[in-house]
Amino acid sequence: MTFVKPAFRHPDAPRNELGRSRQDYEGGLSTLCAGCGHDSVSAAIIDACFELNIEPHKVAKLSGIGCSSKTPAYFLSGSHSFNSVHGRMPSVATGANLANRDLIYIGISGDGDTASIGLGQFAHVVRRNLNMTYIVENNGCYGLTKGQDSATMDTGTPNKKGDLNMYSPIDLARLAIEIGATFVGRSFSGDKQQLIPLIKAAISHRGFALLDVVSPCVTFNNHGESTKSYEHMRSANTDMPVDFVPMRQEITATYDSGATCEVCMHDGSVVRLYKQDNDYDIEDRQSALEATSHYAKEGKILTGLLYIQRDSEELHDVLDTARRPLNSMNEQQLCPGPRFLDSINAGLR
Amino acid sequence: MKATDTKDPEYFHKVVDCQYACPAHTPVPEYIRLIAAGRYTDAYMVNWESNVFPGILGRTCDRPCEPACRRGRIEEEAVAICRLKRVAADNKDEVSHLLPTAPAEGNGKRIALIGAGPASLTVARDLAPLGYQIDLYDDQPVGGGFMRSQIPAFRLPPEVLNEEVDYILNMGIRQHFQTYVSSLKSVLQQGYNAVFIGTGAPRGSDLDIPGREACDKSIHVGIDWLASVAFDHVNKIGKRVLVLGGGNTAMDCCRTARRVGGEDVKVVVRSEFSRMKASAWEIEDAAAEDIPIINNHVPKEFVHEDGVLKGMRFTVVDVVYDADGNRELVPTGEEVFFEADEVIIAIGQDNAFPWIERNLGIEFGKWDMPVVDKTTFQSTLKKVFLGGDAAFGPENIITAVAHGHQAAISIDLFLKGERVENRLAPGVTLVSQKMGVHEWSYDSEVSNDDRYPVPHVSKEKALRDRKLEVELGFDIDVAYQEAERCLNCDVQTVFTTSKCIECDACVDICPTDCINFIHNDAEPALRQSLRRPAKRMDQDLYVSNALPQTKRVMVKDEDVCLHCGLCAERCPTGAWDMQRFFYSVTKAGSSCKQSSPSMTSS
Repeated sequence: MTFVKPAFRHPDAPRNELGRSRQDYEGGLSTLCAGCGHDSVSAAIIDACFELNIEPHKVAKLSGIGCSSKTPAYFLSGSHSFNSVHGRMPSVATGANLANRDLIYIGISGDGDTASIGLGQFAHVVRRNLNMTYIVENNGCYGLTKGQDSATMDTGTPNKKGDLNMYSPIDLARLAIEIGATFVGRSFSGDKQQLIPLIKAAISHRGFALLDVVSPCVTFNNHGESTKSYEHMRSANTDMPVDFVPMRQEITATYDSGATCEVCMHDGSVVRLYKQDNDYDIEDRQSALEATSHYAKEGKILTGLLYIQRDSEELHDVLDTARRPLNSMNEQQLCPGPRFLDSINAGLR
Repeated sequence: MKATDTKDPEYFHKVVDCQYACPAHTPVPEYIRLIAAGRYTDAYMVNWESNVFPGILGRTCDRPCEPACRRGRIEEEAVAICRLKRVAADNKDEVSHLLPTAPAEGNGKRIALIGAGPASLTVARDLAPLGYQIDLYDDQPVGGGFMRSQIPAFRLPPEVLNEEVDYILNMGIRQHFQTYVSSLKSVLQQGYNAVFIGTGAPRGSDLDIPGREACDKSIHVGIDWLASVAFDHVNKIGKRVLVLGGGNTAMDCCRTARRVGGEDVKVVVRSEFSRMKASAWEIEDAAAEDIPIINNHVPKEFVHEDGVLKGMRFTVVDVVYDADGNRELVPTGEEVFFEADEVIIAIGQDNAFPWIERNLGIEFGKWDMPVVDKTTFQSTLKKVFLGGDAAFGPENIITAVAHGHQAAISIDLFLKGERVENRLAPGVTLVSQKMGVHEWSYDSEVSNDDRYPVPHVSKEKALRDRKLEVELGFDIDVAYQEAERCLNCDVQTVFTTSKCIECDACVDICPTDCINFIHNDAEPALRQSLRRPAKRMDQDLYVSNALPQTKRVMVKDEDVCLHCGLCAERCPTGAWDMQRFFYSVTKAGSSCKQSSPSMTSS
């Protein structure tokens, strides 16, 4: 067994504004299959957090069950982590977020964990606009249990054995737009140039941010007829490149395209999207739904930032919760005593 | 950029920095693995095949491999390659039955070798087993040349030297020791089919400044003085000694002086410390024996009273570089006087060929040096070949060995009536090291250990006995730890474009960010656009053909690749594989007749 990652890094490896190296954001060595798209998503999260100068201990990473949900072990080993029950990551994330609003919440889930067993939990965390980044590593199959069809697998496409999927797929991005998500992006694990800025934008977004990332399963769903394979994504991907420009930095264009739009995030950073066409308004739900279905009909997959609603009210705003995390309050503040209980009870009579 | 041609043996050879830097191209990682495996005899023989003097070189080599070692680019210090070589020599079993022997029946051709140093001995080693009759001439009573006369016994014990010289002499070499060759013409007249000149650079430079002649008996030329000590003609020196010069000979002189009576020994150097020619470790060893090194002092005169040396006066200088990088030593106006009983001048050495008649057909060129072909080592007189320091001026033992091998090839070709330019390509193999899941046939795990220091005997003991070897060598346990620091750069990362599905797994896992998938461009632009810009121009980029899916190319900067194998480990399709590359310089008498570069691969 010779599977140990050496401690040495490139001598010119940069440090971020916190003086940290990228190595400080790494995690344990992956035990996923070689070539799994999920490892690329982990690498993109590492890059995004490194480049955003986030202190690892300011991050809480949460997951459910599945290949995707194993990955929090492979990045940000200095962060808080909770590997929860299958499909129940949103509840745990909600509880954690309500208790400590100062942390950055990154949920990692898969198509099984989100679109099958966890669909109910997913729908409600979306509509509550919990302030978190929710990444679905979407490979269209249950890789951990030998590759059965998942709920995101396209109708009529075969699994590895050759059996056709008879059911209609759930498009998590479209579903999220429908039910009130305030930030929805779609990307591909093999396109870090787009994925890293998207993750940065999602983390910077105040409110619920969904990233539906096609992340091929090399072992069970990377065959010639799969619509979630590397090859298919490389031919069907209609990508809208994304730039993420942090606050205080000059905005320079890296793509030549007429159809750009810039979105200023609440923290002053700017997301720039290079759209496929000028009519597409990413701040309009209907426009986003039309664009995604338009490309889907052509057998294409539109990726990039699909929809954003700025200045939304996240769950803390709606509930009017305390400004400070519960762990910074003393016993008197947390348990104000029978007098307050009495007044609450009186209000309910 | 054009896709890399990995069929060219030199591409992967260059990735093995140590082997590539070695003049004899000794397969360093190969023998280091054998040492780690406890196969000292095998490690010794891999060395012996390539560099002829593993025990000697394991103590005295100039180690061009170590500054080249990749490890020195990812952390402070290179692998202790040289001292690991010594471990193989110290711990080997009997090897005489593994060595080639001269055939009972000779081929009838006679070759004279003039000088019994490393170059000539290498020629003898290569040609005696082929049936040539070898006559070896030297003015000293025993073989070894400058390895014996100039390297003090406390760095190279005579037993070690004798053993490795004797391996060669025992191949039926006809020895003519204590025979000074004063005329090449007379040698040629003896009807030799070929003559090899390996007489070194035997003339030490002198210093012509006031007082030199008057105190001649207290002033010595370094290499001559070392030889006198080595052959027990000299066994003492005054208490106060000045050694002039900043090279390795100066270091050997000052340390020898400390052992034969010198109490206040100083080394005085014209130039600044950073420009000293001596190897860093030799300077360290001198410093450890209480020898100060005084830089930026230019000798002005020997001060004496009626021929009795009192000391030396020096002009203190500033070192100034002009815009073109030319050095100038500008006097500061200050002068310094150092007391001394004796002075050793070790400021360089030159070639000298007073014994070669100028009408034999050997053309002499610049600096009165014979004109020698850089590849074939042939002079303009076809049957005369030169090698070692005699060919192109002072170098070192390993260079002399490399010359010897090449000259032997030429002599063999010449005496077979073939063109000496018609040389064979190196032997190359490339074999996958994959054994199974997570199993490689080499220790791919990268050791994080710092370089292990070689233990020394105590200074008190060392200074009492000039023949006591100072370095004790690694013990087996430490040798193993040090061997594990080797990155196995000869286990190459081999990429197969057609198998790649561009999943990025290798990019994500590579600890040193070597691997990139980007759109092709001209090399300068490509170097700039990598994840970590490839700044080291002497390190190549490994570029694939256009990939099937995106038409991008894989570009790997070889510079700081750890050869940890994780790219191959995480590759789902086997597009990356770790393959052991073995490169051996073809020796004289190889029966393989192909003359174009070749590579066998699995």
